[in-house]
Amino acid sequence: MGPTLDFLTLLPYVSELLKGFTTTVILTVVTTLTGLSLAVAVAYLRVNAQPWVRWGLGGYVEVTRNTPFIVQLFFIFFGLPGLGIKIDAITAAFIAMTLNLAAYSAEILRAGISATAKGQLEAGRALGMTTLQSYRHVVLVPAFARVYPALISQSIIVMLGSAVVSQISVFDLTYAANFIQSRNFRSFEVYLLITLVYLLLAFGMRRSFMLVGKRVFAYQQGEQR
Amino acid sequence: MTLVYVDNVHKAFGDLKVLKGINLSVAQGEVVAIIGRSGSGKSTLLRCLNQLEKHDSGQITIADKQLDAASMSPKELSENVGMVFQSFNLFPHKTVGENVCLAPLVVRGEEKAEVEKVAREVLEKVGLSDKYGAYPAQLSGGQQQRVAIARALAMRPKVMLCDEVTSALDPELVGEVLRVLEALAAEGMTLILVTHEMSFARDVADRVVFMHQGRIHEEGAPSELFSNPQTPELKQFISAVL
Ligand SMILES: Nc1ncnc2c1ncn2[C@@H]1O[C@H](COP(=O)(O)OP(=O)(O)OP(=O)(O)O)[C@@H](O)[C@H]1O
Ligand SMILES: [Mg+2]
Repeated sequence: MGPTLDFLTLLPYVSELLKGFTTTVILTVVTTLTGLSLAVAVAYLRVNAQPWVRWGLGGYVEVTRNTPFIVQLFFIFFGLPGLGIKIDAITAAFIAMTLNLAAYSAEILRAGISATAKGQLEAGRALGMTTLQSYRHVVLVPAFARVYPALISQSIIVMLGSAVVSQISVFDLTYAANFIQSRNFRSFEVYLLITLVYLLLAFGMRRSFMLVGKRVFAYQQGEQR
Repeated sequence: MTLVYVDNVHKAFGDLKVLKGINLSVAQGEVVAIIGRSGSGKSTLLRCLNQLEKHDSGQITIADKQLDAASMSPKELSENVGMVFQSFNLFPHKTVGENVCLAPLVVRGEEKAEVEKVAREVLEKVGLSDKYGAYPAQLSGGQQQRVAIARALAMRPKVMLCDEVTSALDPELVGEVLRVLEALAAEGMTLILVTHEMSFARDVADRVVFMHQGRIHEEGAPSELFSNPQTPELKQFISAVL
């Protein structure tokens, strides 16, 4: 007879689980906001900045999109100290996740921006708006609306990918699970539990995004008549 | 008093010479209709007047100020020249009120309360005060175009440019937009409009300008121009459109 499931064995570790859960949630909420904000700036500058800035940002986007996230994380945490830049694990996690989400989202946003009707930009110019003002007031919201589903998915991918920050000993949900199973040897129970938690986090994120979208993109409801 | 003065303006797109020396002067309060065949350069001329296209040579002055990046900022230009487009170009994510308020707020930096008051006034003028909170997608084409007119008016321009503003509308919606333009003309607004509505040009314009192959081929009071065209090109154009 195989071993039986016993979730009560996790009871002594509730505080670790809570700590890990909180870290994962905070990491996700913060980096979703910083990552998407940075993406807006990158997408704007990749079209409008000086050539050398565009070129540099293009390099950043391509490197990020074509290397493993865990290598990026290791580079920031273990590699940068070689240049005399020392950062603690949680900061490295914030930076790596922000840069990763921003690179992918900037590409997604670029598609949304370039689909903006030329006429609306001209209307903005005819009204005396600068390029930056046009982006902010004319282009940004419709561009977000156009690519919103892709941005939701990308943000969720980064949340799920955050599990690897446990590798630089950030006490996130996965770190908590590793920690617990090394103590009570109940890997099945603990990994089943955090699998469910990640699943719920992903659902919760999608729902929150949808709620925000429904408010911000309310104007689209008129179009669907 | 001359408000808009165009002196020997040329414009080419690559090898294609679109404007070949345009001379035009428009007085304060005058309504000028520009007619002509497709491709004759009507839109390009209008777009040079608010620098959506930069002219290659020649001079344009508005209210005695040269119209180029060095002597007139985009903000100043937008306070002199308003434009209404064929395809409305409203901002879809902003309500009617927000569309009208946006430029006075961000370009002129005016007080919000003051801007909203002006917005209600101009929307009243185009007969849409009840649509302040509606989104463009909830309006008919004619209503959208009237919002676009109100949006341009909110910057209090000295001259309004209208490029075929009724061409994208269903026939039954054309009248409501033309009536708004007519009322503006009656109030003394200076209007330069490209139009295919010959009866409107005849009834409302003080002067009609016929463009042909990048030049002003013939111009004059509508009564004379339509009843007694001098050039074969204009004769042919008139017989084709009437
Ligand atoms: N941005 C551009 N680049 C290249 N060619 C252009 C551009 N804009 C206009 N043209 C060309 O210049 C010519 C004149 O165009 P314009 O739009 O001024 O004509 P129009 O008199 O307004 O015609 P329509 O009645 O069809 O609107 C056309 O041959 C057009 O294809
Ligand atoms: Mg045209």
